Amino acid sequence: MNVTDLTFLALCLPFLGALFAPLLTRMFGHNAAWVLALIPAAIFVHFSGFAAEIAQGTAVTGGYTWVPSFDVRFSWLIDGLSLSFILLISGIGALIVLYAGGYLKGHPHQGRFFSFLLMFMGSMLGLVASDSFLMLFVFWELTSITSFLLIGFDHHREAARRAAFQALVVTGGGGLFLLAGLIVLWNISGVTQFSALTALGPLVKASPLYLAVLVLVLGGAFTKSAQFPFHFWLPNAMEAPTPVSAYLHSATMVKAGVYLLMRLNPVLGGTPEWQLILPMFGAATLVIGALLAVRQTDLKLMLAYTTMSSLGLLVMLTGFGAPYAIEAAVLYLVAHSLFKGALFMVAGIIDHETGTRDVTRLGGLRSAMPLTFAIALAAAISMGGLPPFFGFLAKEEVYAVLSSSDPRSIVFAVLAIIGNALMFAIAFAVALKPFAGKPVATPKHAHEAPVLLWLGPAVLALAGLAAAVLSGAVHALFSTPMASAIAGEPRAVAISLVPHIGVPLALSVLTIVIGIALYIGLARVRAGVASALAWIGWGPDRGFDQAISGLVRLSFAITRRLQNGRLDSYMTMTFVAIAVVLLVPPFVFGELALAPVFPSIPLHELAIMIIAVIGLFAVVLAKDRLTAIVSLGIQGFSVAVIFLLYGAPDLAFTQFMIETLAVVILALVMTRLRLSPSDRRPFRQTLPDAAIALACGLGAGLLLLKVTQVPFDTALSDFFAQYSKTIAHGANIVNVIIVDFRGTDTLGEIAVVMIAGLAILSLVRLRAGSLRRIADNDPDAEEAGR
Amino acid sequence: MKSLIFRTITPVIVSVMVLFSIFVLLRGHNEPGGGFIGGLIAVAALSIYGIAFGVETVRRAIVFHPLSIAGAGLLLATLSGLLSMFFKVPFMTGLWVYPVVLGEEIPLSSVMTFDIGVYLVVVGAVTSIALSLEERGED
Repeated sequence: MNVTDLTFLALCLPFLGALFAPLLTRMFGHNAAWVLALIPAAIFVHFSGFAAEIAQGTAVTGGYTWVPSFDVRFSWLIDGLSLSFILLISGIGALIVLYAGGYLKGHPHQGRFFSFLLMFMGSMLGLVASDSFLMLFVFWELTSITSFLLIGFDHHREAARRAAFQALVVTGGGGLFLLAGLIVLWNISGVTQFSALTALGPLVKASPLYLAVLVLVLGGAFTKSAQFPFHFWLPNAMEAPTPVSAYLHSATMVKAGVYLLMRLNPVLGGTPEWQLILPMFGAATLVIGALLAVRQTDLKLMLAYTTMSSLGLLVMLTGFGAPYAIEAAVLYLVAHSLFKGALFMVAGIIDHETGTRDVTRLGGLRSAMPLTFAIALAAAISMGGLPPFFGFLAKEEVYAVLSSSDPRSIVFAVLAIIGNALMFAIAFAVALKPFAGKPVATPKHAHEAPVLLWLGPAVLALAGLAAAVLSGAVHALFSTPMASAIAGEPRAVAISLVPHIGVPLALSVLTIVIGIALYIGLARVRAGVASALAWIGWGPDRGFDQAISGLVRLSFAITRRLQNGRLDSYMTMTFVAIAVVLLVPPFVFGELALAPVFPSIPLHELAIMIIAVIGLFAVVLAKDRLTAIVSLGIQGFSVAVIFLLYGAPDLAFTQFMIETLAVVILALVMTRLRLSPSDRRPFRQTLPDAAIALACGLGAGLLLLKVTQVPFDTALSDFFAQYSKTIAHGANIVNVIIVDFRGTDTLGEIAVVMIAGLAILSLVRLRAGSLRRIADNDPDAEEAGR
Repeated sequence: MKSLIFRTITPVIVSVMVLFSIFVLLRGHNEPGGGFIGGLIAVAALSIYGIAFGVETVRRAIVFHPLSIAGAGLLLATLSGLLSMFFKVPFMTGLWVYPVVLGEEIPLSSVMTFDIGVYLVVVGAVTSIALSLEERGED
C-alpha cells in the first residue's frame, strides 16, 4: 500500500469503525471505548507522519477520479492548515471517545452513540482534508447530518429534538449557500480544487461576481461557526450529551466555518469587503456571546456562549488584515480547541459526579474532586490567557495585532478587551466557583471521576501547557505552516512565553484586571444582563421558531388553495394551463400556422372523419354518462382507423386496445363512484368548461397544423430505417425502437406503469375513514388540541 | 353478468384473445405487435373474463397477484438489460443467439425477454387496476 491508499484508508476508517461500534459495545460494554479510540489514534499517527514534510512548506495532495465528465475528483489537500485541523480532530477525537466511554457507561444506546460520533469524526476529517469543492460540500453537509444525530441523541426529550432540528436547519441551510458559492467560484475560476484555486485569487477578486461569492460563502461559514445572528443553535445544541458538546461545539464542527474562511483567505481575502464584514460580524459575536455567557448559570451554557465569543474572535482575526492577524488566529484556534475541550469535559464530569451543572448550586468540590479541580484550573488559566499556557501566547498575539494607534484598531481593541475580560471571568466561574468555598449539598454525593472521564481533559490541559513550553517546536511544525497556508505566503510565528514589555502586555494586564473585577461582581453583572435581555424580550432563537411556524402556515395556506381536494378544480387548472401553453406562445412569437389548403380527401376517409365528429357530438349531447363514455370510444376508434389508413398499423393497433380498455375502465370507475347517471352541471359551470375545452382543442389543432407546415427532418427516421434490420435484427421499426434503440426509456416507462398500478390500487382500496389522517396534519388543529 | 350467451361464449373468446396476445407479443419484432399491444389485449381478455365470471374467478385463473406479475415483468426486463453487462457491452445492448431446433433456426434474444417483461408489466399493472375497480363495483 502506498501513501495515497493509506491516506484514503485513514479517511474511511471512522466510517468503518462506525459500522462495528455497536457490535464492539455489545461485546465489551463501555470498555469498547479503548478499542474504538485506536481509530482516531491511528489517524493521528498516520497524518503526523506528514508533519515534517509539510513544515518545509510543501503540501501533500492525492486522490481518485470521481466523476470525470464533470472534472470532479475525490482528492485531498494536506497542507499546514488542514494538517493542524486533522491532528486536532483526530487527537481530541481519541480523547472524546474515551471520555464518552466513561460518560455514557451503561447507557443502553452507547454503541449507537459511538457510531454517530465516529461518523461525525469521519465527516469532519473529510471536510478539512478536501481539495475538491464537491467533496468539501458533501462532507460539510455530512457534519450537519451527523451532528443532528448527535444533538438529538436523547430523542425522547422534546428540547433535544428541537435543538437537533434547529442545528440541522441552520447549518444545513447554510451549506446550501456554500454550495451556491462554490459553484459560482467554479464558474469564475474554471477549477474545482482548492489547490488550483489559490493561485487564481486576483482573478476571483476582480470578477464582478466576487461579492456574490463572498456573501454565499459567508452564509455557509457564519451559520456553521455560529456567528451572530445565526448563533442561537449553538447554545441550544447543549442538549446533546457532554462528549458531543466538548467535541463538536468546541474543537471541531463549529470551527468548520472558520476553517472555510481560512482556506479561502488567499482567494477571497484582503479586499475592503472582506476586511469590513468579517471583523464586524466577528467582533459583534465576540461581545454578544460573552455577555450572553455571563447571563447563564448552567456550566455548559456558559461555555457554549464563550465558544461563540471565541469563534467571533477567530472570524474577526481572519478578516482583520493587519500584520500578525493570521498568526494570532492560528494560535488562538489551537489554544481554544485545547482549553475549551478540556473545560467542557470538566463540566461534564461535575454534572456526572454531582448531578447538577448549575453553578449557583455547586461549591467546595476541591476536596472531593482534586484532580478534576487541577484540570479545570489548568484549562481556565489557558482560557484566561495567563502564562505559562498556550492561551497566553494566543492572547499576546491578538493584542499585538490590535495595539496600533489607528481608529479601527482602537475600536476593535476595546471590543476585544471587553470580550476577553468577560471570557476570563467565565473561565474562572466555571473552573473555580464549583470547587472553591464551602461544600454545598448536591443531588449526588460528589467523588472523583473514573480514569476514562479525567484522562481526556487532563491530556488536553497538559497539552496546553506543553505547547506553550515547547513553543519553538510547535511553531515550527504547526503554527508557521498553518499561518503560511492561510496567508497564501510564507509567514513565521515566533512568539514565546518570555513576555515582552510593551502595549500588548499592558492590554493583557488590563484585560485580566477587568476580568477579575467581573469575576468578583459576577452575580451583579448577571442580573444586569438578565434584565437587559428581559427588556429586549426577543432573540433570534424565538425568531427561528416564528420563521418555522410561519413557513408551515404558508405551506398550508398554499396547499389548501392548490390542493383543495376537488377533482373538478384540479381538472380546470390543468386544462387552463394546457390551453395557455398551447395558445400563448404562437401569438407572442408570431408562430401561428398558415391557413391550411384543403386537399381532396377520398370518400372513405371523409366518412371516417365524419363518424369521429358524430362521436364527439354524441359525447356532448349524451343524456347519461355511460352513453357519453361509449360515444367517446367512437371517436377514438375512428382516429385509430385513420392511423391504419395512413400506414401506422402499430399505432392503430395500440389505439384500438387503449380505446377498448379506456371505455371498460371508465365505465367501471363510473359504477364505483356511484355518480348520478347524468351530468347535472348548471349552465354557469358548463359554459366556462366548454370554453376551456374549446381553447384546448383550438390550441392543439393550431399546433398540429403548424407542425405539418414546417419541413420534416428525416434524419431520425432514416437512421432507424437503415439500422433497424442490420443492427437490431428487427423489421418492425416501432418495436425495435421501443425494445432496443430506446430500451432504457421503455424500462423507465414500464416502471412508471407498475408504480401507477400500485398507486391506483391503493387509491381504490382507500376507505373513507382513512382520509381523516390528512386533516390530522393541520397545524391549527394540533395547536387547538394542546 | 347473468347473460347465458355471454357466459357461454366468454371462455372461447378469452382463450383466443390470450393466445392472440402472445402471438402479437412474439411477432412484434418484425411485424405490428409487441409487448405493449400484446399486454393490452391480454388485459382486455381478463377484463371480459372478470365481467362474465367475477373477479375471484380471474384471480384464481391467473394464480399470482396481478402486481406480482407486473413486478416479475419489471425484474425480467431489468435483468435482460443487465445481462449485456456480463459480456462487457453497455447496459441494454441486445444479445442474440440462433439455436437450431429440429432443423429450424430460432432467433432468441435478450430483446425478446425484455419485450416479454414489458408484456408482463402491462398485463399485471392494468389488470390490477381493472380488477380492483370491478371488485369495488360489486360491493
